[in-house]
Amino acid sequence: MKAATIQLETLTCPSCMQKIEGALKGLDGIDQDTVKVLFNSSKVKLNFEDDKISIEQIEKAINKVGYEVQKSRVKSA
Amino acid sequence: MQRYILRNKNKIILINGILIAIGFLVNWTTGDTVVFRWSLIIASIFGVAPIVLQAYQALKVKVVSIDVLVTIAVLGAFLIQNYEEAAIVTFLFLFGAFLEQRTLNKTRSAIKELTEMAPESALKQLESGDFEEVEVDEVDVGDVLLVKTGAKVPVDGTVLTGEGSVNEASITGESMPIRKEKGSNVYAGTILDNGTIQIVADRVGEDTTFGKIIELVEEAQDSKSEAERFIDRFAKYYTPTVLVLAIMVWLFSRDIELAITILVLGCPGALVIGVPISNVAGIGNGARHGVLLKGSEVISDFSRLDTMVFDKTGTLTVGNPTVAEKKYYGDKTSEATDYLAGIERESDHPLSNAVLEEIGETKAVQVEDTEVVKGGGIVATVNGHRVAVGNVAVMERENIKLSGSARADVERFEKNGNSLVLTAIDGELKILMGVRDQIRPRIKEDLQRLKRLGVKNLIMLSGDNQGTVDVVSRELGLTKAHGNMLPEDKSAYIKKLIEEGQIVAFVGDGVNDSPSLAIAQIGVAMGSGTDVAIETSDIVLMNSDFSRLPHALGLAKATARNMKQNILIAIGVVLVLLVSLLFSDWMNMSIGMLVHEGSILVVILNGMRLLRFSLRR
Repeated sequence: MKAATIQLETLTCPSCMQKIEGALKGLDGIDQDTVKVLFNSSKVKLNFEDDKISIEQIEKAINKVGYEVQKSRVKSA
Repeated sequence: MQRYILRNKNKIILINGILIAIGFLVNWTTGDTVVFRWSLIIASIFGVAPIVLQAYQALKVKVVSIDVLVTIAVLGAFLIQNYEEAAIVTFLFLFGAFLEQRTLNKTRSAIKELTEMAPESALKQLESGDFEEVEVDEVDVGDVLLVKTGAKVPVDGTVLTGEGSVNEASITGESMPIRKEKGSNVYAGTILDNGTIQIVADRVGEDTTFGKIIELVEEAQDSKSEAERFIDRFAKYYTPTVLVLAIMVWLFSRDIELAITILVLGCPGALVIGVPISNVAGIGNGARHGVLLKGSEVISDFSRLDTMVFDKTGTLTVGNPTVAEKKYYGDKTSEATDYLAGIERESDHPLSNAVLEEIGETKAVQVEDTEVVKGGGIVATVNGHRVAVGNVAVMERENIKLSGSARADVERFEKNGNSLVLTAIDGELKILMGVRDQIRPRIKEDLQRLKRLGVKNLIMLSGDNQGTVDVVSRELGLTKAHGNMLPEDKSAYIKKLIEEGQIVAFVGDGVNDSPSLAIAQIGVAMGSGTDVAIETSDIVLMNSDFSRLPHALGLAKATARNMKQNILIAIGVVLVLLVSLLFSDWMNMSIGMLVHEGSILVVILNGMRLLRFSLRR
């Protein structure tokens, strides 16, 4: 299990959160209970299993709903 | 393509705006309707592109966002060939979002300033002994780092060599230079004003005090109160409902104009953003003034506070007691002093430190059979004599008779607000010491300000004797004060208050009153910036600065008020719009969008006022 902190471009609308949560919900290997979209600091925090999904795949899913990822940090949880 | 459009949104807004302006200008000056129509059509297409994209992305993850409503509205306007409205609505929507982003960034600036204080690089010692600049992420616990004048301390650590003065404002909110030398602790994010030091890293990254503060503040501003969660749930169903409503109106009235106007008017904007914005601004203000507020739930509870309960030692008092009065009885008192010191050296009780400081150097003695009397003192055998040190209860337990004059002294010492340390040797009282803790300077004013802010009861709980407690209470003008309380008595007392229906905050230093911090609705920790109390409490006063407390309370109240204003504004605007749609004929899609975007800006600006909040003296 790894813990990721993903810094996004500035989020401005609360529906962004719903969108990002929606995008991550469909992914296998992410611990859904840990997914936290921090609106004000424009960050996503989540735990994932690195043998099932990579941080790049997670970033891509976020990109796909229209948000730029600025920086990701992964450490073991 | 998608990305290209979204990234160039600002240019799109500009093109869209210019085209609309050209169209209207041409129409007014020459009356030419062809140019007018085409410039508006092109403007609409440009304008709607990013909105359609956002709507598509939202629908893909099954979210009916505002973008979806606006997209349908604009398409509807196209359908009835009302290009004017289509163009203006897209412009207002995009431009509004642009302004929102700007103002939002402003509101978040207080916290951003904080996170930007995080150190980025460090000078790390290599095996060769030289120092090399590395990213702060590459520093591990145990590394030796060099910090030069003007640089940020990159991690929490201990000074190995060198000295200098450090500005710890980023942690304590207090911009005062603090002297550091060999052995001193330094904290990440603080700035070395002068001097050069080498430090060894004790904690790095998110484990540093500064890292923890940032994490806490970031989580706090996004933590949601019950009211917000309700609004969130509401918003989730609200937008689809508006969509259904608009479709029904269209089905029954066959009036597309009316249906799309409802879509635009129904956009939830100010309501969804109003409460979080007050929250962020309030927490940001606190972070700048040395007050950590952990989320909007805390703010809302704290703002409705009835009773504030204080721990005495370390909270209302400085927490560094000293011997204020003493009296000797009988002969051989210097021997007694040696014995007393011998026993007190075995203890780390604050009173012991005060006594030892008073006595100073003494002859070495042999202490045996030490027995600690819980909540009272110590009994031991010293150089073959039975020596009892402690309060009156310990003396009674040891069957030590106090003479009439000694009793009078005990009473007088207590009345003066002292904690008592009695020393008896072989059943005879030899020394009586009164130890007192100094009341924090200016605390009386702070308590008065709390009262003025509407706190009904100020209560002090303490483990000290009632006499001491009464003296402090009278001096500070507290509502009530209870002495002789163990930590569990304190938490039971707070529980009782809560059961009576009061909202209670407990203010303590978090050392031995964590049960009380936890059980009170709001636990306020006097954190020195390093304590674990930062994690367990709801509000942290950085640098143990009691004077932040009135600011914290005032800020919580202002923030709670601000949230209510924003909710009122948001609901009021929607009501006015709907009523005017039903009962007037001037309402249309563009005006609806204008008012809607305007109300969002109004709630953001209202929230921003909190950034400048400060308590009137």
